[in-house]
Amino acid sequence: MQRLSTPLTRDKINKLKAGQKVLLSGKIYTARDQAHKRLIEAIKQGRKLPFNLKEALIYYCGPTQTPRGKIIGSCGPTTSLRIDGFTPLLLKAGLLGMIGKGRRSYEIVKLIKKHKAIYFVTYAGCGALLSRYVKKKECLAYSDLGPEAIFKLEVEDFPLFVAIDAEGRSIYKD
Amino acid sequence: MRVIFAEKIKDIVAELCIQANLYLRKDILRALKSAYQKEDSQRAKDILGAIIKNSEVAEKERLALCQDTGLPVVFLEIGQEIKIKGNLKKAINKGLESGYKKGFLRNSIVNPLKRDLLRFSPGIIHTEIVKGNRFKITILPKGFGCENETQLKMFNPLTDWSQIKRFIVETVRLAGPDACPPYIVGVGIGGTSDYACFLAKKALLKKVVFHPPSFIHYKIHNMKYGIREMEYDLLNAINRLNIGPMGLGGRTTALAVNINIYPTHIAGLPVAVNISCHALRSATKVL
Repeated sequence: MQRLSTPLTRDKINKLKAGQKVLLSGKIYTARDQAHKRLIEAIKQGRKLPFNLKEALIYYCGPTQTPRGKIIGSCGPTTSLRIDGFTPLLLKAGLLGMIGKGRRSYEIVKLIKKHKAIYFVTYAGCGALLSRYVKKKECLAYSDLGPEAIFKLEVEDFPLFVAIDAEGRSIYKD
Repeated sequence: MRVIFAEKIKDIVAELCIQANLYLRKDILRALKSAYQKEDSQRAKDILGAIIKNSEVAEKERLALCQDTGLPVVFLEIGQEIKIKGNLKKAINKGLESGYKKGFLRNSIVNPLKRDLLRFSPGIIHTEIVKGNRFKITILPKGFGCENETQLKMFNPLTDWSQIKRFIVETVRLAGPDACPPYIVGVGIGGTSDYACFLAKKALLKKVVFHPPSFIHYKIHNMKYGIREMEYDLLNAINRLNIGPMGLGGRTTALAVNINIYPTHIAGLPVAVNISCHALRSATKVL
C-alpha cells in the first residue's frame, strides 16, 4: 500500500499502476454534474476557476448535510460515467486527476493516457466510513447548488484504488 | 371503522426515513457477512470489509449509510376498513421533508427538466388497498446510481425461461461495476409494463433469504421450477459473472435475486429488472 500526499505532480502520479491501493492525504475538490457544467462554462469564457486544475484531484461527490458537531456528512463517490462528457475539456485545461466510482468511457481512458492524468476509485456506497478520513471541509464555489457545490476537502489516509493509470491501463476487465 | 390521523402518519414517515437511511437492514448485513466469508480474493474481502464497517460507522455516528439518500419510494398498504382523517399525501410528503431534514440526509429532488429545485419531497407513493384494518407503510430510499440501470422488456408470450433468464443476467452484466455491487436484483414478471416495474421495485423489499445447504441439495435434485428455485438459479448465474464487490472481481456480484409474479395478458410477457446497490435501505411500520 502506498501513501501519497498533495500537492501532487505528474511525476508522482505517473509512477502509480492500475489496481494499486493508495492512501491519500491533502486537498481534494468535490464536483458533480452541475458544478462540472459551470466549470466548463468558466473555461470557455476564460474566467478564473475556483481552484487550480493543474495540481487538483476532483472528487465526484455530493455529501449529505453536515450534522451538528461533525466536519462533513456521508461523502462517498458518485458514478463517474455521467461526468465523462465534461472531462475532455478539463483534462485539456490541465486537470491532474479524478476520484469516483465505476468505469469511464473509452474516450476518457485514451485522454487520461494522452494527458498523463489519473483516475482513482474509492469505496462505493460507504459514505459514512469515508467521512472519517475528512478532516476539514470548506465551500469554495457555487453554494447555491447545495450538495452539488464545490467543496475543498482536507483528507487524511483517504483510501483509493488506482483505476486508470497514466499509461491507460485499467483496473476493470473490459 | 378504525380512524387514523394523517398527522400521525407524518411523524411515522419522518422516523422511517431516518431509520432506513442510517441503519442497514439486518438481512442485508447478514448476507454481506456471509459473502465476506466466501470470498477468497484479498481485494474483494477488503471491499466487503469496508462495506460492513460502513454500516457500523453509520449506526454509531448517526450518519447516512450512503450520501445518495435516494428518491424516497413509499409503499402503502391500506386496509379497506380504515378511515383516514386529514390529507394523507400531504402528510407523507411533510413527513419525508421533516425526516430528511432531521436526519441530515441529502436533498436530491429536482425538477426533471429545469434541474434547479432542491427539495426533500415529493416522494413516489404506491398505494394498495387490502382487506382488514391494518395500515402498513414502507419507505425505500432508492439511490439513483442503481436506479439508472433499470430495464424493462416486453417479451413474446411464449418466450421460454432460458431467454428471460438471459435478459435478467445481461441486465446485471451491463450494470457492471457502475451501480455499486454486490447487488440485490428485483425482478417483476407479468402484469402491464408499469406494473412489472412496480413488482420489480417491490421485490427489493422482500427479505434476503439465506440458502441453507439443505435447500441447495433440494434444488439440485428437484428441477421443477418454483420462484425460489428460479431466484437461486439466477443468483448463481449472476455470481458467475465475476463482477464482484465494487466491480473489481470476486464471487459476490449479487447478494440475492427476488422475483414477484403477477398474471398478464395472453399477448404479452413483461419482465422488469430493478437493481439495488448493496446499501439496500428500507424500513416498515404497521399500524
